[in-house]
Amino acid sequence: MTVTQTDTKSDVDAPAPVAKEHLRRLLATGERPAAPSAFASARAFAWRSMLKIKHVPEQLGDILVFPIIMLLMFTYLFGGAIAGGTGEYLQFLLPGIMVMSIVMTTIYTGMSVNIDINKGVSDRFRTLPIWRAAPMVGYLLADMFRYAAAGAIMFGTGLVMGYRPEGGAVGVLLGVGLLLVFCFAFSWVWTWLGLITRSEKTVMSISMSILFPMTFLSNVMVDPSTMPGWLQPVVKNTPISQLVDGVRGLFDGTVDSVSVLTTLIWSGGFVAVFGFLTIRAYNRK
Amino acid sequence: MSQRDLAIRAEGLVKHFKDVKAVDGVDLEVPTGTVYGVLGPNGAGKTTTVRMLATLLRPDAGNATVFGHDLLTDAASVRSQVSLTGQYASLDEDLTGAENLVLLSRLYGYAKPAARERAGDLLEAFGLSAAAGKQVKAYSGGMRRRLDIAASIIVTPKLLFLDEPTTGLDPRSRNQVWDVIRTIVAEGTTVLLTTQYLEEADQLASRIAVIDTGKVIAEGTPGQLKSSVGAGSIRVRLHHADQRAHAQGVLAEALAVEVALDDDPVALTARLAPGQDTAEQGSHVLGELARAGILVDDFSLGQPSLDEVFLSLTDRIDV
Repeated sequence: MTVTQTDTKSDVDAPAPVAKEHLRRLLATGERPAAPSAFASARAFAWRSMLKIKHVPEQLGDILVFPIIMLLMFTYLFGGAIAGGTGEYLQFLLPGIMVMSIVMTTIYTGMSVNIDINKGVSDRFRTLPIWRAAPMVGYLLADMFRYAAAGAIMFGTGLVMGYRPEGGAVGVLLGVGLLLVFCFAFSWVWTWLGLITRSEKTVMSISMSILFPMTFLSNVMVDPSTMPGWLQPVVKNTPISQLVDGVRGLFDGTVDSVSVLTTLIWSGGFVAVFGFLTIRAYNRK
Repeated sequence: MSQRDLAIRAEGLVKHFKDVKAVDGVDLEVPTGTVYGVLGPNGAGKTTTVRMLATLLRPDAGNATVFGHDLLTDAASVRSQVSLTGQYASLDEDLTGAENLVLLSRLYGYAKPAARERAGDLLEAFGLSAAAGKQVKAYSGGMRRRLDIAASIIVTPKLLFLDEPTTGLDPRSRNQVWDVIRTIVAEGTTVLLTTQYLEEADQLASRIAVIDTGKVIAEGTPGQLKSSVGAGSIRVRLHHADQRAHAQGVLAEALAVEVALDDDPVALTARLAPGQDTAEQGSHVLGELARAGILVDDFSLGQPSLDEVFLSLTDRIDV
């Protein structure tokens, strides 16, 4: 990965003058290519995101280092207390902590959308004759790459720590796939939030206050059957718990098709509701 | 003017932000193929008007058509004919200049090799080839502005919105942007330009709408606007202060207008009547002063500037 040095502002290399004749020729071509397909425009935006990773690689660091810290921390801090041993706990924890840390990084999408709006570059995008959802879908496509990378790193770290998936390679790939589908769908909550809030900090604080309880009130860290009776049905039925059940089942080779299906239904719901709200907010901005 | 010659026809555009009326009933008729200037101070509603016309903001009331396409019901058609260079560079600062143009070319439908070629051509035409591989955040204000305009003509638009294209630029960069605008118009694109600089409107625009507190307070060619506040003026500085009364009489008789004494004890100013030609009256007056034996240190002819137009218009509103 190339790291491009950010130059400071200077007019040392003052630009060459405008070449009027050349400009005239370019204007006169009158070329008007056919508008790109919805997918092609989303892909162009995804390419933009990848370029941003290339130019600002720090943002990738966040997404890759945070999950490893989570995995190490929870395994060795709580393993002994919760499961009587870190090895056994890791076996339980890894799918859940992978869900938790990757779902938490989905808020970056909302923050990026918000930054675009505030910087004025989205004015340019919004006056282009393209599919209205393309900028957001582009972000999400590139995010899939980041999530997959984060998943791979966590899984690799887990293997080194002694994690063994009973579901085999196929189970693991399907589990990560399910997680990516959910993240893609769930991110629309944040794209909407990114469009209706004033600053990226607001996006951050609102989304954190939703995500923290949502990911902790789940079966990520502990088995809900150890919780008080009144709390169990709540915890067991959150979309995060359903997703964790689904991913855990696929990793462990004990596929829980109800959870997988419920997760897919939740995902469809998020896209339908928040995708709609996002596009509406985008058009009204 | 027939409908088909109009690039923009706007009627009663209104936009409120909370309880602030940013735009309060703007009507515009912008002929095709010209630069149309929207002139006004900060906060007059220029940017809001442009954002509505460029489909970025939905008007609260009123409507507009752009080349006959309705802003509200056919925004997609409007978008395929216009481009916008916003007040703040509408570019991705993290990307390089070349990457920005390639991205936008692709979004206009160019395939990757063609997009690269178009981006390279534009960078070269705008004198930015040397900076093509630098992140936009390292660009100077003038370079950014050029890249922004280059991005707006990836596909030659029928109508280009330029929102304060030279604000904050040094004189050299400003002149280059003016040259670019003239070239773009010469190739048939209609330009709607907002500016707070009267000189800029005077230099570029063939018609001007003066806008203040969300309303159009005057509209016409720069010449019409200037003559609406009267004709020019003649200002004389004398060599001897004690000849001032005499000079006042000579000038008043020669021009048949009132002659005002300036604060400067050796100066006086005659404001010409509408219809009087400044240059003609100038040489006439100089001859009369010489004949009367009055010695002149300094003699100047003034066209009313758009500044005067603007001040007199906004004064009228305030009073």
